Amino acid sequence: MAGVDQLNQVYFDGVADGQLRIQQCKDCAAYQFYPRVICKHCSSEHLSWTAASGRGQVASFTVVRRGVSAAFEAPYVIALIDLEEGVRMMSHLVDVDPEQVVTGMAVTVLFRSVGEADPQPVFTPVVAS
Amino acid sequence: MDLSNIAIVGSFETDLGVVTDRGPMALGVQATLGAIADAGLKPSAIDGLITCNSLVTPIMYHAEATAEYCGLTPGHCLSVGTGGGTTYTALRYAAAAIQTGLASTVVVSMADSMRSFMTRDRAMAVQSSSGHPHFEQPYGPTVPAYYALIARAHMDTFGTTEAQFAEAMVSSRAWAHQNPTAQYRERVTVDDVLASKPIADPLKLLDCSIVSDGGAAVVLTTLERARDLPHAPIVLKGYGEGHHYEHISQATDLTQSAAADSGKAAFEQAGIQPTDIDLAQLYDCFSPALLIQLEDLGFCEKGAGGAFLASGATQPGGKLPVNTHGGMLSHCHPGNPGAIFGLTEAIRQYRGEAKERQLPHLEHTLLHAQGGIMSSHATVVLGRAN
Repeated sequence: MAGVDQLNQVYFDGVADGQLRIQQCKDCAAYQFYPRVICKHCSSEHLSWTAASGRGQVASFTVVRRGVSAAFEAPYVIALIDLEEGVRMMSHLVDVDPEQVVTGMAVTVLFRSVGEADPQPVFTPVVAS
Repeated sequence: MDLSNIAIVGSFETDLGVVTDRGPMALGVQATLGAIADAGLKPSAIDGLITCNSLVTPIMYHAEATAEYCGLTPGHCLSVGTGGGTTYTALRYAAAAIQTGLASTVVVSMADSMRSFMTRDRAMAVQSSSGHPHFEQPYGPTVPAYYALIARAHMDTFGTTEAQFAEAMVSSRAWAHQNPTAQYRERVTVDDVLASKPIADPLKLLDCSIVSDGGAAVVLTTLERARDLPHAPIVLKGYGEGHHYEHISQATDLTQSAAADSGKAAFEQAGIQPTDIDLAQLYDCFSPALLIQLEDLGFCEKGAGGAFLASGATQPGGKLPVNTHGGMLSHCHPGNPGAIFGLTEAIRQYRGEAKERQLPHLEHTLLHAQGGIMSSHATVVLGRAN
């Protein structure tokens, strides 16, 4: 991906290894996403990386009926995911009937190519056992 | 700082809608010179020029290039880089320039030609470039999709319905029907909106603003100078801004916007309440944006925006006329300049020149614009000079 700096490369290296990496502040213990050189909560520069559980729930979603470009075949589901660790990220919901998606749905991470990009973290509903 | 010694003395709109005989810069020049003439001034009287950049043909020094085209040599030039909220932020910059002695008479001019001069490739590039380059763009979000995330959250939190969102366009067209300069004037029903093409659920085509060509400009100076000019001066009574985030995935609350902050500050400075507003010119880029502004600016309870729209309150004859020109849903939305027509329409209403949509009583107008994805907000309260 163009313009990825050293910091963001840690995240994308994680993705390549099947890991969803987020930052945690060594001073105030807060998690944050997207990666930053400072903690957005306390401005500390002492941050560590941790592998998120990959579990979360759908905070909101939309079924895109008119794709952004030819690389994205509509319909596709864009969602905001609240991870267990308390951070939010944008992603896709995959392997789900778009009509069955609801806010609050429990989801878990997968890694899959979307559009023309390398694999990205995407989410799929947790199947009740 | 008291704003009420800053007056709007000139206003001009170019041809609007589909304008194929001139591009963004020519429209901006026409708007600039038109507003100066409307103010009863000579171009040489202008010593400040503020413009917004063009998305169709961006120029590094846009205000300076506009001045050059007009043969003006203002002592103060400022180009504001983005859309939405910057329209009214630019108004505040103009006032600040006058208050601090940077300039005495300032033009705020905005124009673009998204409808006729934007190539499809450039349009896709602009759309693709919205969103965080590494943590949003890879997922292929569209601008309607961002607002759809907000709409869905409002439905889940407050029980708002798709039919209530549809009322935004019903209201817009009820006004636009009475405005000969509006790009789309045909009345629509809730069913028409619900049956329009799906774009990003729950939003359909008629929940989305239009794509237009056009420009407009206003002239600001001190109230003292305004007394010698042809039009009764309109003064700035209050101003506020609010900025909670830029990227939608960083919003901590999808249904509560920083319009609450900008509105509160503007009302406090003006010394009035939402119930004192006779005309609200809001940023209706997408139906949920309008609905949430009605709530966050205090025109109805939080969560009641859908019912408020469905009550007809914002339509002709309603208790809170909103976007009497038709707004960006129907009148004109050339991109970055979209909100300026809310201002030029307000001035037309103050002058009693709005013909069949003329409001019988107008003291206080609220102007609101937002940029990003309900991210960056600016509110202005206008009133008549004492």
